[in-house]
Amino acid sequence: MTAILLFLAVVAVIAGWWLSGQGLLTKPWLEVGPAGEASAAGSSPMPPAKLGLWVFLAVVGALLALFASAYLMRMHMAHDWRSLPMPGLLWLNTGVLALSSFALHRARLAARDGWREGVRVNLFAGGLSALVFLAGQLLAWRQVMAEGFLVATNPASSFFYLITAVHGLHLAGGLVALGRTAIRTWRGLGPEQLRLSVDLCATYWHFLLVAWLVLFGLLLHG
Amino acid sequence: MSVTSGPAEAIPAAEVEDVELYHPRSWLTKYVFCQDAKVIGVQYALTAIAIGLVALVLSWLMRLQLGFPGTFSFISPEAYLQFITMHGMIMVIYLLTALFLGGFGNYLIPLMLGARDMVFPYVNMLSYWVYLLAVLVLVASFFVPGGPTGAGWTLYPPQAILSGTPGGQDWGIILMLASLILFIIGFTMGGLNYVVTVLQARTRGMTLMRMPLTVWGIFTATVMALLAFPALFVSAVMLLLDRLLGTSFFMPALAEMGQQLQYDGGSPILFQHLFWFFGHPEVYIVALPAFGIVSDLISTHARRNIFGYRMMVWAIVAIGALSFVVWAHHMYVSGMHPWFGFFFATTTLIIAIPTAIKVYNWLLTLWRGDIHLTVPMLFALAFIVTFVNGGLTGLFLGNVVVDVPLSDTMFVVAHFHMVMGVAPIFVIFGGIYHWYPKITGRMLNEAMGRIHFWVSFLGAYMIFFPMHYLGLLGVPRRYFEIGEMAFVPPSAATLNAFISIVALIVGAAQILFLFNLAWSLRHGRPAGGNPWRATTLEWQTPQTPPGHGNWGRELPVVYRWAYDYNVPGADQDFIPQNQPSPGRASPEAAA
Repeated sequence: MTAILLFLAVVAVIAGWWLSGQGLLTKPWLEVGPAGEASAAGSSPMPPAKLGLWVFLAVVGALLALFASAYLMRMHMAHDWRSLPMPGLLWLNTGVLALSSFALHRARLAARDGWREGVRVNLFAGGLSALVFLAGQLLAWRQVMAEGFLVATNPASSFFYLITAVHGLHLAGGLVALGRTAIRTWRGLGPEQLRLSVDLCATYWHFLLVAWLVLFGLLLHG
Repeated sequence: MSVTSGPAEAIPAAEVEDVELYHPRSWLTKYVFCQDAKVIGVQYALTAIAIGLVALVLSWLMRLQLGFPGTFSFISPEAYLQFITMHGMIMVIYLLTALFLGGFGNYLIPLMLGARDMVFPYVNMLSYWVYLLAVLVLVASFFVPGGPTGAGWTLYPPQAILSGTPGGQDWGIILMLASLILFIIGFTMGGLNYVVTVLQARTRGMTLMRMPLTVWGIFTATVMALLAFPALFVSAVMLLLDRLLGTSFFMPALAEMGQQLQYDGGSPILFQHLFWFFGHPEVYIVALPAFGIVSDLISTHARRNIFGYRMMVWAIVAIGALSFVVWAHHMYVSGMHPWFGFFFATTTLIIAIPTAIKVYNWLLTLWRGDIHLTVPMLFALAFIVTFVNGGLTGLFLGNVVVDVPLSDTMFVVAHFHMVMGVAPIFVIFGGIYHWYPKITGRMLNEAMGRIHFWVSFLGAYMIFFPMHYLGLLGVPRRYFEIGEMAFVPPSAATLNAFISIVALIVGAAQILFLFNLAWSLRHGRPAGGNPWRATTLEWQTPQTPPGHGNWGRELPVVYRWAYDYNVPGADQDFIPQNQPSPGRASPEAAA
């Protein structure tokens, strides 16, 4: 359970750092007035959707860390683990996902400048490359299957399919959000709204890229 | 952090206004597909109570079998296992978790914080409907071939998915796992709402340290649940794959009925780690909201400010954090390394410190208070007593050497029923008696409430105290019947019959409670806006029951903490949070 404990430790540090600014040492029974002492650190100016996404990322992070924990524990708990032949295609897929993330980064910059055309092009490029990534993952599945590693052949292959599927499903969910943002951009979204929507997509994409890098490393380690 | 200038700018009121207030146009969007957190809260609560009723009937059935073995031919050993499994699962997940977080959380968080609604109302609505779907999938498992799973609520592999366990090779276990996965998805949607609402939608002046402890409890429990439920999700998905696709995540090589199965090398212990990594925080996911609600009930009904508010907040946070490093104390008999056992016993006992702080603070709040023995207060007091009782036996079970002989006996059953069954349920009852007037505008019937309380309270002790004794004798849990065991005297059977009769009576008292809920809706005494003369914001709404958007045109402004009872020099024995000065009755001088 090391992976999940490490992850939770990071979450705890962030939560602790935030709590330390919340006036937990104040004596609320002594303070009367429209704003208590810790008012400045009260409701933060971050838009709710943005904070909501970060909380969601913490949940997804915990989920992936638990899969990683299970992976590492299962690997060492029995002697039946056989290393998978990792298809070289996965390296290419990784590159495509990085490209997708980069496109969304550009979309975010374009949205900040209010350059709609740039937002559209980059959202499209990001979405397309994410689709290519998913297709590539499916292709990688077929390659692994062709090597004789089916879902139930070996724990290594079971985890390979499971972990790539979980990551892929999260990306697919992100594509739905991306598609909605793209449609709304087309229909003419206010600049403020546009900036936020694109920002959220980009954050989610970067998170999934980092998550993939970690998971990929884990799979290579097996 | 001290800020003296520009408090008005410091709290962005715009954030609150940004919440899109949709207006229900039809009966369907007002009561069914509703985005109002108050309605969603009630929907959650009613669904949870409905499925809880199923769990109650199941507990009757298993008590009939234990009390009068051999009498009821329709209870087969398989059926008995299914009863205990579904009873446990329903109570822990679908009732307690859903009712505290989905029910009380939805209803109380926006009202207590002075918000108009949750920050993502649509997602919130979705959360309820996914929860309902999870419940329906669970109920469906009663009607499929082979019936529901009988694997025990912990669903330990390998037995959970083998043919010897009811539902193991049928639909039972599949629907159970699918239902859990749905529940977790639904909860995550709701949980995001509760957390972000607490962080972003508090009204002006509502600092974190002015929040009622109810909100602190629900908030911390939600954060824990968001991080702990993924562990159940992971174990459910992997167990489902083992069952459906023949993977060997948890399944070791084994033979069944003389036949070698295809599984190889999987680790049941891995499942236990994942399950309890969720399972132990779950105890506090249920307990922390209960702690919070009880603090508010005691303070209000004893007319005293809560003793040691800061300490209470710190204790809630500390318990939340610690509960993630004690999970393996459920696994002392799994053959773990003794040093692990030592580590987890230590962390387990450390949790007793913040918990004891809370108990002392409740007692000191009561000390020399003006105690009104209303029905909510009776339940709150019963919670403290019961929680202490259950907690003390927890000290027994938290120690490895004491736990080993007691493991898998009725002692464990009695322990967790006291500490996380009966105690939180008392808080739920107390909470419902307390907030029913706000939800419906009418008081619950007092006489029926008192009967309900005394039967439930005394009954719970008559059920579970003797059960500890049975456990000490060595009576194992989960057994269809004791049969003839040299170490169990015949008198144990008499005791079992006694427990069963009391259980039937206590169950009947819950029917009275449900009748009261329905009856008082029509015939209850009109409550007025603030029948308990409480300080927190939910009692200061312009309408009762609160209208759409909660607050009319202007949001309340908070001037003080939530516990100004019996302040010297004040006009009344309580000062609402939104009242600027002790003497003034109405808060019109705000802004």
